[in-house]
Amino acid sequence: MDPTQPSELVLLLVKIGYLTLLWAFVLLAVRAVRADLFDPARRRTRRGVAVGAGAQGAGPIPHRPRPAQPRPAAPAPSPPNAPNAYPPSKVVVTKGPLAGTVIPLTGEPITIGRAPDSTLVLDDDFASGRHARLVPHEGRWFVEDLNSTNGTFLEHTKVTTPMPVPLGAPVRIGKTVLELRR
Amino acid sequence: MTLPPLRRPRPADLTATFAGFPLPAGLDIPPYRRRELVLLVFAGLLATGALAALMLAHDGKLTFQIATYGLGFFALWGVAHLAVRWFAPAADPLLLPLTAALNGIGLVMIYRIDLARSDAQRKAGEDVTVGAAQTQLVWTLLAIIVFVLVLAVMRDHTTLTRYTYTAGLAGIVLLLLPVVPGIGATINGARLWLRVGPFSFQPSEVSKILLAIFFAGYLGRMRDVISVASPTVLGLKLPRPRDLGPVVVAWAASLGVLIVEKDLGSSLLLFAMFLVILYTATEQVSWVLVGLGLFCGGAMLAYQLFDHVQVRVDGWLHAFQGTNPTSTSYQLVQGLYGFAAGGVLGTGIGQGNPTKVPFSNTDFIMASLGEELGLTGVMAILVMYMLIVMRGLRAAVAARDPFGKLLATGLSATIAFQVFVQVGGVMRLIPLTGLTLPFMSYGGSSIVANAAIIAILLRISDTTTRDKREKADPAPLFDPGAVAGAETQVVVKAT
Repeated sequence: MDPTQPSELVLLLVKIGYLTLLWAFVLLAVRAVRADLFDPARRRTRRGVAVGAGAQGAGPIPHRPRPAQPRPAAPAPSPPNAPNAYPPSKVVVTKGPLAGTVIPLTGEPITIGRAPDSTLVLDDDFASGRHARLVPHEGRWFVEDLNSTNGTFLEHTKVTTPMPVPLGAPVRIGKTVLELRR
Repeated sequence: MTLPPLRRPRPADLTATFAGFPLPAGLDIPPYRRRELVLLVFAGLLATGALAALMLAHDGKLTFQIATYGLGFFALWGVAHLAVRWFAPAADPLLLPLTAALNGIGLVMIYRIDLARSDAQRKAGEDVTVGAAQTQLVWTLLAIIVFVLVLAVMRDHTTLTRYTYTAGLAGIVLLLLPVVPGIGATINGARLWLRVGPFSFQPSEVSKILLAIFFAGYLGRMRDVISVASPTVLGLKLPRPRDLGPVVVAWAASLGVLIVEKDLGSSLLLFAMFLVILYTATEQVSWVLVGLGLFCGGAMLAYQLFDHVQVRVDGWLHAFQGTNPTSTSYQLVQGLYGFAAGGVLGTGIGQGNPTKVPFSNTDFIMASLGEELGLTGVMAILVMYMLIVMRGLRAAVAARDPFGKLLATGLSATIAFQVFVQVGGVMRLIPLTGLTLPFMSYGGSSIVANAAIIAILLRISDTTTRDKREKADPAPLFDPGAVAGAETQVVVKAT
C-alpha cells in the first residue's frame, strides 16, 4: 500500500462516511421491519388468524369499501338479529386461548377449526378439524356447524341448521367463544 | 343484496406484472417487493462504497471501473430479486437485501486481502497468484443460480415433507462422502471436502439443510405422539425409543461422522439445530436439559479423546500464555490484535493489516472486518445477521403448518448458531472451531448452502402470507333456501 496519495483527512471522512452508510442501511432495514410489525391492519390480527385476511388492509391504498373499523371494542346495543341494520364488520374471540383475536369480515365465509387452512385455526382438543363456519347471506351472518364432534353453540342452543348470528351473541366452539361486532 | 366486492381493484404494480400467475382473490400483499428493491439498491450502494473506499486507499484515485463493478454486483442480486418477484411475490422483503449487503461487504474484504497479498508478492518479485475474490464471485453467481432454482422448483415447501427420509439419508451420505478415497480431500487437517476439478466443496454445508428437513419433517409428524405418549421418569418426560429412534440414530450418526472427520464446528451446529427443532416441536424443557447434559458429556469425552480438541481449548483458555501466542493460538491472538488495532471506528477499509492473521479471508474475516471497520462496523454487521435470523423466525411464527414452522426455526437457528460459534470463536468467547461466516467468508459451499437456506425461508414466508384459498376444498355453500323452509336440513359433510 502506498501511503503517500490521499490525505489523511479524506481517508478519515471516507471511513466515517462509510460507517454512516452502513448504519443507514441497518436503520432502513429496521424501519422496514417496523412498517411490517405496526401495519394497522396487521396489528389487529394475531396468531391463529389467516394472514391473508390480515394482509388485506395493508395495501398501498388505504380506502376500503367496508366501513372504517371503529377502534373502541364496545359494541353498541342493537336490536337482535335485525338484518342490515348494523352489518357486523368483525369477529372477536372473547374467550379461549385466542381471546382478543379480531378477524375482519370481508364477505367471504370464515372457517373455524383445527385444520391449518381454516381462517381461524384453533388449538383446542375439543374442536374438530373443520368445526364450523360463518357465512354471509343477505346482509346477515349465519353460523353453520360442519358436522363437528362436540357441536357449536349459539347462545346455549346447539347449532344444527345454519342460524343467523345476532351482534354480540356468543358462539361457542370447544373452549373458544366468539361474537360478531360492528 | 349487495355484498362488498370480493377484492378491490389492485393498482398496476410490478409484482403483479412479474408474478406469472394471478394472485388469489381478496389478497393484497403489502408493498414488499418495492421495499426489497429499495433496500437492495442500498445494499448495492454499500458494496460499491466499500470498493470505492478500498480503491481510494489503495490507488489514491477513483476510476469508472468501480461503478461498473457496482452495477455488476447489483445486476447479480437483481436477478435474485426478479426471481423473488416472479416465484414468491409475498415473501419477506428483508432477507434478500440483507444477504446481498453481507455478501457485498464480504466480497470487497476478500478482494482487499487479495490486493494486499498480490502487493506483497509483487514486492518480493514473485508471480502474482489468482485472487480469491474472482473465485468467490463465481461462487456467488452459482449461489444465486441455486437460489433461483430453489424458488422456482419448490413452489410449496410442504412438498418437502414427502422427502423426509430421503433427505435424512442423503444428509448422512453427504457427510460420509469425504471419507471415501478418491473424491474426498483433506484441507487444513480436516477431511471434509470433495474435490471436483478446481473447485472443492464441503458437503456438510448441504447436509445441514437436508438434516434440518429430516428433523422438521419427522418431528412435525410425530410431535403429538412424542409429547403425549412419553412416560415420565423422575419428573422428566422421556421419549419412547421407537418414537425418537430414527431421529436419534440420524443425529448420532451425523455427529459420529463429524467427530471422525474432525469437524467440530459442524457437529456443534448440527447438535444445536437438533435441540432447537426438538424443543420447538415438543415444548419440553426437560429435553433441552437432557440435550445440554449430553452436550457437556460429549464435550468432556471429546476433550479426553482427541488431541485437536485439547489444542483448541488450550489455545482458547491460555491464548497469551507461554509459547502459545507464537504457536497454537497464533491465529487467535493475531485476530485479537486486529480487533484492538481497529478500535471503535476502525482503520478504514484498505488501511489496516488484516493479512497478518492466517486465513484472514475465511475463518477470520470477522477479525479483518473488525480491524478495518471497527466496533461500529462489526456491530452493524452483527445487527444485519440478527435481522436475518429475526425475519426467519418471523416466517416460522407466521407459518401455519408444523413442518414449515419447524423448518424455518431450524434454519434460522442454524444461521444464528453459525454466526455465534464463528464470531465467538474469533473473539475468544468460546473455543475456536472451523466454521465459515455465512455469506461473508471466502468459501463456495458455504455461500451456496446459505443462499439455499434463504430461498427456503423466503418460500415459507411467501406460502404463509399468500392465502391458501386456491387450495381450499370446494365445500358447497349452504343452500339459503334451507333456512327459509325449516323442514329441510342442510347436511354438510365434515372433511
